[in-house]
Amino acid sequence: MYRYDEFDEAFVRERTRQFRNQVARRLRGELSEEEFRPLRLMNGLYLQLHAYMLRVAIPYGVLSARQMRQLAMIAERWDKGYGHFTTRQNIQFNWPALKDVPDILDALADVEMHAIQTSGNCIRNVTTDQWAGVAADEVADPRPWCELLRQWSSLHPEFSFLPRKFKIAVTGSPHDRAAVKVHDIGLRMHRDPATGEAGFEVIVGGGQGRTPMIGKTIRGFLPLHQLLPYLSAIMRVYNRHGRRDNKYKARIKILVHELGQGEFTREVEAEFARDPGTDEVYALTEAEISRIARHFAPPPYERLAERHPRHDARVFASQDFARWVRSNTARHKVQGYAIVNVSLKPTGGIPGDADAAQMRLLADLAERYSHGEIRVTHHQNLVLPDVRLGDLFALWEELEPAGLGTPNVGLLGDIIACPGMDYCSLATARSIPIAQAISRRFQDLDRQREIGPLEIKISGCINACGHHHVGHIGILGVDKQGRELYQVTLGGSAAEDASLGSIVGPGFSADAVVDAIETIVATYLDQRQDGETFLAFTHRAGLKPFKEALYAAAPG
Amino acid sequence: MSSQIATANRLTDGEVVFLGPAGWVTRIERATVARSDSEVRALQALLRQAEAVNEIVDGYLVAVEETAAGPRPVHYRELLRGSGPSVRPDLGKQASR
Ligand code: SF4
Repeated sequence: MYRYDEFDEAFVRERTRQFRNQVARRLRGELSEEEFRPLRLMNGLYLQLHAYMLRVAIPYGVLSARQMRQLAMIAERWDKGYGHFTTRQNIQFNWPALKDVPDILDALADVEMHAIQTSGNCIRNVTTDQWAGVAADEVADPRPWCELLRQWSSLHPEFSFLPRKFKIAVTGSPHDRAAVKVHDIGLRMHRDPATGEAGFEVIVGGGQGRTPMIGKTIRGFLPLHQLLPYLSAIMRVYNRHGRRDNKYKARIKILVHELGQGEFTREVEAEFARDPGTDEVYALTEAEISRIARHFAPPPYERLAERHPRHDARVFASQDFARWVRSNTARHKVQGYAIVNVSLKPTGGIPGDADAAQMRLLADLAERYSHGEIRVTHHQNLVLPDVRLGDLFALWEELEPAGLGTPNVGLLGDIIACPGMDYCSLATARSIPIAQAISRRFQDLDRQREIGPLEIKISGCINACGHHHVGHIGILGVDKQGRELYQVTLGGSAAEDASLGSIVGPGFSADAVVDAIETIVATYLDQRQDGETFLAFTHRAGLKPFKEALYAAAPG
Repeated sequence: MSSQIATANRLTDGEVVFLGPAGWVTRIERATVARSDSEVRALQALLRQAEAVNEIVDGYLVAVEETAAGPRPVHYRELLRGSGPSVRPDLGKQASR
């Protein structure tokens, strides 16, 4: 893992000290809310429906056991004993008191964490594949590049006041688990087929929210060492032309759309040619790249056999364990190891929530079984990336009683849901209760397995934090004349085959939406071809069979 | 016109508060209900005043219907604010009811 250097340490401490002073002035009445709001937002502190909310950055979703313990301590000491892991691979505390926030930030700084750039029109926390560095299908490890981007974008004077917030995601695998095509900039690492050299495909202008768009490739192959100057060129074109006059048109996706992919690319290339980063400031030396990469060197893996007889016997003997292994573990790049996905979606639970005891347990388990590291996924789950096959059973036996062993990763019960109106002041409807009701209705795990891969994603407003546009089934909660109404979209995907879902028809009331999902699933099961996934079926069959099943019987 | 109450978040801890006869209270049942234009204007003035002295943040008026148990917001958003997250009955105001 990356450790802070003296610059990181100094700026985080300095910022916390400044914020302590600003909070004190606010509490004394020396700063008005108008003056204070931008200051608190720069430090990740929002005012939500019931209380303040502190959003803490988890750089590219990587946490140490020590950091997880500190988050548990913060949850218990200053919050209400839990935290919420978000689709941005961050964590949010829902109940901090303003007067306590400086102490919380100090406690975060003690473990090299902060809440800077988790709000505002700046480059936000860079996100990546939760299996980075361990995925069997990985071409190159994206983490050193994410770290480089973190350092580059932190307090960058030129890019701290952008037209709008800015999100960058990186994947190092052909199977995209980081949703790079729906970010402002998506970077896909791959190898030049001719030379075998690693580089980036640069995708710009993807995004969700009010105007969802799939990103456009503006550079098929960018050599690694040109990353920062090329991204700087993109940011400059955005800074120059981005619509600061209209919040709803200010994201880079609108600019790419309005200028056209060709013209946007031409402007970026021209800017890049003008300043290709060969001067001292941006020259990225091999030495610097290797310095960062060393922090992500593989842990000391043991030489293990491909199979572990005791593990195989356990799988054979316990159906529950076998089910969990099948759903929640993935192939590791190192023989004899597995990637463990910890579901934060127990049946009827709140997606992404973990209490302090669970956080501490995960920290302990990470230390015991996974070289002390934990990852946060944009699906609101956690990952223990480096577990020996022979340890899987013991690990599962500890996860299971703590409510962390639900074997539903990638299945229908693994629902993404934003906080919605239960917490969020921008919401138009609740999203968590819908997730809970669907999860309860489909709680039979064998049935979930029979249905196969199915991603349901729920947002409580058009801002789409719950990624509904790219859900295989997307649900958007809106307010229709003072009542919650849920619009359903089908056929979205955030993976390499990224697509936006299409609205299936008129929305459903909170009471009716679970039945509608049931009908949609039944239609698919009834009409699917051999081995056809839900997503493939929606793309082949379109909306028609679903419309017929959902609306045919309804009068009018 | 519909009856109105004034609500906001308390500066120090963000707690949802309502304007009562003797100041800001955490219980919606104790909120002062404005039933006429002049009463609404008076409520608004008190709201702005409280903001100016940094007692509360983001104040606004909420339409309510009057019930035997006290004022009840018309919109579900305000009902949630007045009780707490519907998915965590152990938290927020509802927890101590
Ligand atoms: S999608 Fe809307 S309701 Fe959900 S967290 Fe984002 S802003 Fe809040």
